[in-house]
Amino acid sequence: MSENLIEFNGISKFFGKVIALKDVTMKVKKGEIMCLLGDNGAGKSTLIKTLSGVHKPDEGEIIIEGKKKIFDSPKDALDMGIATVYQDLALVSLMSVTRNFFMGREPQKGIPFFKTFDIEKANNIAAERMGQIGIDIRDPSQAVGTMSGGERQCLAISRAIYFGAKVLILDEPTSALGVHQASVVLKYIVKAASQGLAVILITHNVHHAFPVGNSFTVLNRGKSLGTYAKKDLTREKLLSMMAGGEELDKLEVELKEMDRISKN
Amino acid sequence: MSEKSKSIDSKKQFSQDERLKKVSRLKILLNRPELGALGGSILVFIFFGIVAGDTGMFSAYGTLNFLDVSANLGIIAIAAAMLMIGGEFDLSIGSMIGFAGICIAIPAIYWGWPLWMSIVFAFAMAVLVGYFNGILVVRTGLPSFIVTLAMLFILRGATLAITRLITGRTQVPGLRVLIDNDPIAWMFATDTFKWLFTWLGSMKLIELRTDGTPLATGIPPSVIWFVLLTIIATWILMKTRYGNWIFASGGDKVGATNVGVPVGKVKISLFIGTACAATLFACIQVLDAGSADTMRGTLKELEAIAAAVVGGCLLTGGYGSAIGAAFGALIFGTVSMGIFYTDVDTDWFKVFLGAMMLIAVVFNNYIRKKVTESK
Repeated sequence: MSENLIEFNGISKFFGKVIALKDVTMKVKKGEIMCLLGDNGAGKSTLIKTLSGVHKPDEGEIIIEGKKKIFDSPKDALDMGIATVYQDLALVSLMSVTRNFFMGREPQKGIPFFKTFDIEKANNIAAERMGQIGIDIRDPSQAVGTMSGGERQCLAISRAIYFGAKVLILDEPTSALGVHQASVVLKYIVKAASQGLAVILITHNVHHAFPVGNSFTVLNRGKSLGTYAKKDLTREKLLSMMAGGEELDKLEVELKEMDRISKN
Repeated sequence: MSEKSKSIDSKKQFSQDERLKKVSRLKILLNRPELGALGGSILVFIFFGIVAGDTGMFSAYGTLNFLDVSANLGIIAIAAAMLMIGGEFDLSIGSMIGFAGICIAIPAIYWGWPLWMSIVFAFAMAVLVGYFNGILVVRTGLPSFIVTLAMLFILRGATLAITRLITGRTQVPGLRVLIDNDPIAWMFATDTFKWLFTWLGSMKLIELRTDGTPLATGIPPSVIWFVLLTIIATWILMKTRYGNWIFASGGDKVGATNVGVPVGKVKISLFIGTACAATLFACIQVLDAGSADTMRGTLKELEAIAAAVVGGCLLTGGYGSAIGAAFGALIFGTVSMGIFYTDVDTDWFKVFLGAMMLIAVVFNNYIRKKVTESK
């Protein structure tokens, strides 16, 4: 068995003439957080959808625990333990924490045809799980709408883990959050990884990614610029790689030139 | 007052372990969607108690009278509420009532079917109509408002055209004689707890006719169905997996789909529910009147939706309750009958209905903001 929990080898995806992804290779180990960085339009969304079974890759293979797998649908991916938490989180703000936590997978009790949603059990599990992350839910029957953005993100992640995720794909989990909230979520992500999950963290925020990631893959215009371990990188190097360093360097030179001209 | 209690509340939160803080029962109650309708019902009863307390409105006979009207509306209001919680509307309820009526009457009177078979036939047609409404909304993604508005016209038109084609008239009388000895018609046509009323009459506790029999003879079937449906609908919404799916489908269609809720199936089943409730309404009324009228149920869909809204359902879906809709129906039924006992001209009832609905929408909107805002 390979030590990589999940591998993506040479993934390509075409939409008509557009090459959305070309030859992207990534590996994530158990207990590791791999950050997938890229500017807008770099192909992050397409890659997530390919990883989570929404799109089928046109080239390349997906290997889970040493075995080659093909996903035909998001449900296939989910069944193999690959859970994706999208930006919209799939939470209904008018419904309670418990009802959201178990939405679509409600525990039941009772005799056939008169089965009831075991709310007591669900409440206990939801409260316990949220408590483990240190999120105080005063009442599991309170509406999700009353929770903060960070708490909602943690709820969505905690739900994915509870329902058996081995690989957790997180789409911009901190993008809509303030500094404090973001740090709460990042802390939770680290904790989740330390419990043996492989986490793929998609973000365009280097400052959020760098402290928590073990390895970093940078996407640019549909291609991977490579995967780097943390020890081989600095924050600045990562930042410049992500923004297309050359372009920024060029911009800097141009600005200096303009500055010089205007001073004269 | 509320500001003050809020600040006390937050102080309490800080003084003890937040995780252990229990939300008070009162606060839970205040967050329930049916609160407004419950309060409204109480106000209505207080009002008529003062204005019409000595007029016989609250005698056994008068009470059953307004309960009967409320119950009939309640039957369709509960189904409409469940559909609204699921995020859709059904404007074809009223037309379905007329259509179901002739689906019972024509086979029974003109084709010689036994009554029970006609009733089963009417429910089968309801399932078909509901399924069609549902699949159209789910497949096309069009607003249910438009789809069921079309169905409102199609069903009413078809009801008229078919009835006139077969019978040459727009009414089909003669059903009353078929009720006796029918294996299922009693479920929609028999007063219950007659012994209770006979006993109450014999004890001179309720008013009697001149021949000594009580004026109110028993609980009408509509009331029994209404209570049953309220209990069943509440049980489904609060206690079952399917109930959770209804809230989820109405609250966030995409999110619910992403976590595996069969949103399409849920919505279709709810449309079947409203069509079946309309048919139940038709059964009770047609068997009570002994005749089917092609115009029966006109505008009932709007009253049902109004009752559901007064009962706390949000027009955007995902929030509401069956008990609320039941209270909403009770308010409308009580006022529509109670107004006869006052000096007020009955023309004003519709004004009241509209005003109630406006107040309810404003109130609900406020509640939703409270429920969804971050702390």
